[in-house]
Amino acid sequence: MSGDLTHSTLGSMSYDPAPESAAIARLKSEYGLFIDGAFSDPTSHQQFLTLNPATEEPLASVSLASSADVDRAVFSARHAYEKVWSKTTGAERSKYLFRIARLIQERSREFAVVETLDNGKPIRESRDVDIPLAAAHFFYYAGWADKLDHAGFGPNPKPLGVAGQIIPWNFPLLMAAWKLAPALAAGNTCVLKPAETTPLTALLLAEILQQAELPPGVVNIVTGDGSTGSALVDHPGVDKIAFTGSTEVGRLIQQRVATNRKHLTLELGGKGANIVFEDAPIDEMIEGIIDGIFFNQGHVCCAGSRLLVQESVADEVLRRLIRRVDQLRVGDPMDKNTDVGAINSAAQLARIRELTAYGEQEGATRYTSSCSLPDKGYWFAPTVFADVAQSHRIAREEIFGPVLSVLTFRTPEEAVTKANNSNYGLACGVWSEKGSRTLWVAERLRAGVIWANTYNKFDPTSPFGGVRESGFGREGGRHGLEAYLNV
Amino acid sequence: MSEIRLDVRKTYKLLINGAFPRSESGRSYEVASFKGEFLANVAQGSRKDVRDAVVAARGAQAKWWAQSAYNRGQVIYRLAEMAESRRDELAEHVGLAEGFKGKGAQASVSRAIDRIVWYAGWTDKIAQILGSSNPVAGPFFNFSVPVPSGVVGVIANQDSSLEGFIDAFLAPIAAGNTVVVLASNNRPTPSILIGEMTATADFPGGVLNIITGHTGEIAPTLVAHEDVDGVDLDGVNGEFESELAVSAATSIKRVLRTGDSDSTSLRRLRAFVETSTVWHTIGQ
Repeated sequence: MSGDLTHSTLGSMSYDPAPESAAIARLKSEYGLFIDGAFSDPTSHQQFLTLNPATEEPLASVSLASSADVDRAVFSARHAYEKVWSKTTGAERSKYLFRIARLIQERSREFAVVETLDNGKPIRESRDVDIPLAAAHFFYYAGWADKLDHAGFGPNPKPLGVAGQIIPWNFPLLMAAWKLAPALAAGNTCVLKPAETTPLTALLLAEILQQAELPPGVVNIVTGDGSTGSALVDHPGVDKIAFTGSTEVGRLIQQRVATNRKHLTLELGGKGANIVFEDAPIDEMIEGIIDGIFFNQGHVCCAGSRLLVQESVADEVLRRLIRRVDQLRVGDPMDKNTDVGAINSAAQLARIRELTAYGEQEGATRYTSSCSLPDKGYWFAPTVFADVAQSHRIAREEIFGPVLSVLTFRTPEEAVTKANNSNYGLACGVWSEKGSRTLWVAERLRAGVIWANTYNKFDPTSPFGGVRESGFGREGGRHGLEAYLNV
Repeated sequence: MSEIRLDVRKTYKLLINGAFPRSESGRSYEVASFKGEFLANVAQGSRKDVRDAVVAARGAQAKWWAQSAYNRGQVIYRLAEMAESRRDELAEHVGLAEGFKGKGAQASVSRAIDRIVWYAGWTDKIAQILGSSNPVAGPFFNFSVPVPSGVVGVIANQDSSLEGFIDAFLAPIAAGNTVVVLASNNRPTPSILIGEMTATADFPGGVLNIITGHTGEIAPTLVAHEDVDGVDLDGVNGEFESELAVSAATSIKRVLRTGDSDSTSLRRLRAFVETSTVWHTIGQ
């Protein structure tokens, strides 16, 4: 898995392999369900394999939780809520969360390796983004647990009870942190359902919860597939559902929850517009566009997947962009120099291929990186489509892969109109040296997050979430507490 | 080995700019336990020591504030970790200083450590509570952010040798200030221990400076110092407190006067914070 992987048009500048050691992962061959503070076999005794998407080799065998297991987990969470957690003071909850943050920091390298093996993302990203941000998220919400009176929701705000939390495969540990930290800080107990293809870091987190001596049942982790998540959504003992994933599934969950009156927050898909004005500093902007779409293989709900460039600079931007795309190092996620890793699953790869085929059919001009791809594993070369029209599927649908659609505009009004021409509204980027114009555009964009002269920035203190069909509710910041308080 | 081992006793020193000097004056004074028994010869800080400490605090302030709020929170949390691991020593000293009965001293230490944890969580939330976006009537993005006053002089509570000390010095530090504390005149040893712990908690030198000594002698120097932006007069009262408050007015210092017994109040956190408001145009 090396050699040609670092090929680029700048052959003389290619890097030698710099692989991280997979042995740091210390994975077990088999994992149970984490219920009531201990690992146990699923009632069905059914297991499934989780693969390394870069090699298609199995990493470990994981339990498939049935509805009976979900029932056990919810019962455990309810019991822990009533007997222990609702009687635990904010100051004590705070100290548990600080412990968890510290334990993640202590084991960060191990977590980074496991995340990259299970997800396919470059080790540079899991090491520098996913794991540190997950620890920071616990640290931030640890500080809220004993300060809820000051959070702006009135005196002594109460938790909701048992939260059922369903998370995606693109940032497995980070999404677990985004869900668990505010829920626990607010005083809820949790049943967390990790994504089918990326369960491992959540199971390592379960070990950390044991090391932190979190009372049994306060957090339960049930691995499985869609049926597991479905059982959690339908369980009458769950007070709140928090879901991150596709708009398609989010819609189904909202319909199901509508009849049983659970609290609900949804963080769904996006088709982020990255708007480039002619006065933007070009080097930073090109890097920002690249980071906006190719970060995490484009498996990012807020990815800047639609580039809107002002016509006067469109040719120059496209030329430089394509040259930069060709220099991205695609391949072994465990190599510290890799920019773009493996696609997470065969199913996701098939979807990317299907949508990009539509792009060509509908008349867009395709540029594909000349990088060579490994023989085994799931790979998709970074791709840019020019001459994209707003009606094209690649301009409307979330591809969730390393594919950028480029459109142009002439005036700020037109940029705003085109950016808002989407059912989604998660994130947008604005590139300009003129602050007043950036703010003028920002206040007209219908999006939950707007980045100015940067993209894909995340911080525990900053609320994240969408408008319209990108979902509702916020994660992060003071606002993130509201999703788990009965206010 | 049945011989009785002679214990090694500690010299109690000042904390200035991350170092632990004796007083430049060479003076010390006798500190007794609540029973009146000899406890230690503690450094008797001078007016010069106070001025040195202010210079150190000023030098450290910009750097402390430039660290991310997350980072400052971790540094303060680290202090809680250090205090927990030396809690028996703290309890012994609090007990000797304040005369707690039974488990009272341990309980005081527990409250003090939890208070450190409470402040650790504030560093990245103060702006979210005290800041605002202001909907002005015009094409402007207008927002207000809290920023630290700068260097804060604290005259620590004379009675509450640990809990009172923690509250008084940590609130301004959590808000991004650096601090010079005059420790409790007669009960300084718990604060000296906390000062030692900051050295292993990644507190940058100069963020916390502790001067032990005679409050009546050195407080006027601290309060009158032109390079001190705010003062907490917790440890003085009556006519002396009024004199100091008048002195603080000379350089328009922010003055916090009465001790704050309500632990959920943000009064101390707000006391040494300024509001900075930015107007930015909005337009094509």
